[in-house]
Amino acid sequence: MEYNQEKLLEVKDLKKYFPITGGLFRKTIGSVKAVDGVDLYIKRGETLGLVGESGCGKSTLGRVILRLIDATNGEIKYEGKNILKLRREQMRELRKKMQIIFQDPYASLNPRMTVGDIIGEPMDIYNLAKGHKREEKVLELLNIVGLGTQHIRRYPHEFSGGQRQRIGIARALAVDPELIICDEPVSALDVSVRSQVLNLMQELQQKYELTYLFISHDLSVVKHISDRISVMYLGKVVEISEKNTLYRKPLHPYTQALLSAIPIPDPEIKRERIILEGDVPTPINPPKGCRFSTRCQYAKPICSQQEPVLKDIGFEHFVACHLY
Amino acid sequence: MIELNRNKFPEQIDEEMELQGTTFIKEVWYRFKKNRMAMVGAVIVILMICIAFLASQIAPHDPYEVDLTNQFSPPNSKYLLGTDIYGRDVLSRIIYGTRISLVIGLIPTLISMAIGSVLGIISGYYGGKVDSIIMRLADMVMAFPSLLLAMVVMYTLGASLYNIFIALSIVGWAGTARVVRAQTLSIKEKEYVEAARAIGVKNWVIMLRHIFPNCMAPLLVMLTMGIPGAIMSEASLSFLGVGARPPTPSWGLMISNGKEYLFSAPWVAISPGFSILIIVLAFNFLGDGLRDALDPYMKQ
Repeated sequence: MEYNQEKLLEVKDLKKYFPITGGLFRKTIGSVKAVDGVDLYIKRGETLGLVGESGCGKSTLGRVILRLIDATNGEIKYEGKNILKLRREQMRELRKKMQIIFQDPYASLNPRMTVGDIIGEPMDIYNLAKGHKREEKVLELLNIVGLGTQHIRRYPHEFSGGQRQRIGIARALAVDPELIICDEPVSALDVSVRSQVLNLMQELQQKYELTYLFISHDLSVVKHISDRISVMYLGKVVEISEKNTLYRKPLHPYTQALLSAIPIPDPEIKRERIILEGDVPTPINPPKGCRFSTRCQYAKPICSQQEPVLKDIGFEHFVACHLY
Repeated sequence: MIELNRNKFPEQIDEEMELQGTTFIKEVWYRFKKNRMAMVGAVIVILMICIAFLASQIAPHDPYEVDLTNQFSPPNSKYLLGTDIYGRDVLSRIIYGTRISLVIGLIPTLISMAIGSVLGIISGYYGGKVDSIIMRLADMVMAFPSLLLAMVVMYTLGASLYNIFIALSIVGWAGTARVVRAQTLSIKEKEYVEAARAIGVKNWVIMLRHIFPNCMAPLLVMLTMGIPGAIMSEASLSFLGVGARPPTPSWGLMISNGKEYLFSAPWVAISPGFSILIIVLAFNFLGDGLRDALDPYMKQ
């Protein structure tokens, strides 16, 4: 990856708070800070992996970027335009360029629609193809994702998980998108199927010059597919780096702990595991200062006072920690 | 097991798919068939529908023909179920009454379900204030005993068959609205609805194409369960004198007319009563069977 490449998507200080209402009059008594000031960018043609443990706001971030959930604050720039300011019609046009692949292939396909209609629906909406041409395009997409032409009139429940995920990918491709947000696309799949789908996604990326935001909690999968990786903890990005740098020399203590948890398939190698103490603090009331300070073994007094900002320490390696 | 389909010939995949894939309707039918009570219900319902259509062909007498020389004749070979106070053939009246009962069962139920579905989906999908308003309205309707509310409507509109449609529709929509709203609430969180929004599908299309078809199973059950309810309501209203007007051969009205002669000429009231019992039971069995057959958890 070259250092200076066009930024396709840039997210600045993005926040999403879910209000908690309570009491007789549904007053807002607090908020879940699912995404709390995220900065990152994705360059055209690359895959940015987004890792973090359950509940750290990865999926919420993906959905906010697509405006499936409205952001509370911040900026999302797509090709330089702030998409949070777009009106509904303009946003609809932009949706052609940004698509999403979901985690659960059993919930992401409407059980009452045939595969042909599921993949064809995006084409209907944007009047991309009609009638015979539409069918041709659907068949072509089925072929691209490795399904047969005879599958077009079948219903989702007739397929296995991996096949359904292929249908989901075909639907995302139907509008010729530039950016695809992959929300844990292989987490629900069998290990044997997982690599097939991953390889398919990589093939497609090369063929159609796609840009991926790849959300996952599976570190080995992310390492396999990503160019750069960003690590999230409790609604914030703590480290972003080119993947080999990150895996070889993680800087943030949280990243170090996370990476030390990857099992090595070799019983001879003994490695020191960093075991974090305590639980993830609640996103309703995150710790003051650095969010990780409560569990960090290197915590200094400043860590619980001042929130560290994401610093560029060279070669596109960003880290938010007072140690650096 | 059919994951590696890229390396296989299409015919091979097709064979495997055939084994695994039966259509949804086939599966439902397969499960429905095994339920004996449901099948009995279905057969009776189909039979009733046939009777309703062929009423003029199979009725032995004119249901309106008055023959005062032949009052209260007990069941005999000419009048299989006897005659009533005006000497009209009870069997013929019951046969014609099937039409009224089925129409009364079906049309107000369909109307109320249509209203209920639209309001329920809107309520569940948009939430917030719209939801509160629609649901409080439904609560208001549900707060009245339904028969009492229907009677009030009938009193203000006047007793006639068509006003029964209106009365039962007004009373019935709230239940459907609640069920559809609950379904919508769960379906709108599904990823395929999110996918549709990500594609840019308009809200009303999402409701129509993605949410409504997935509410169909409970709606179908509600329909088959609602029909006997409506039939009972019509019978009750007619019995109480605010429903169908004489000489309409409505079963409820026939029971009402026959109740005074329950001991001297029991056949006048008993046979329409028995007819109501059978049709209501048949629809209930059918509804139960459909619910079980459509329930995906039965599969496991």
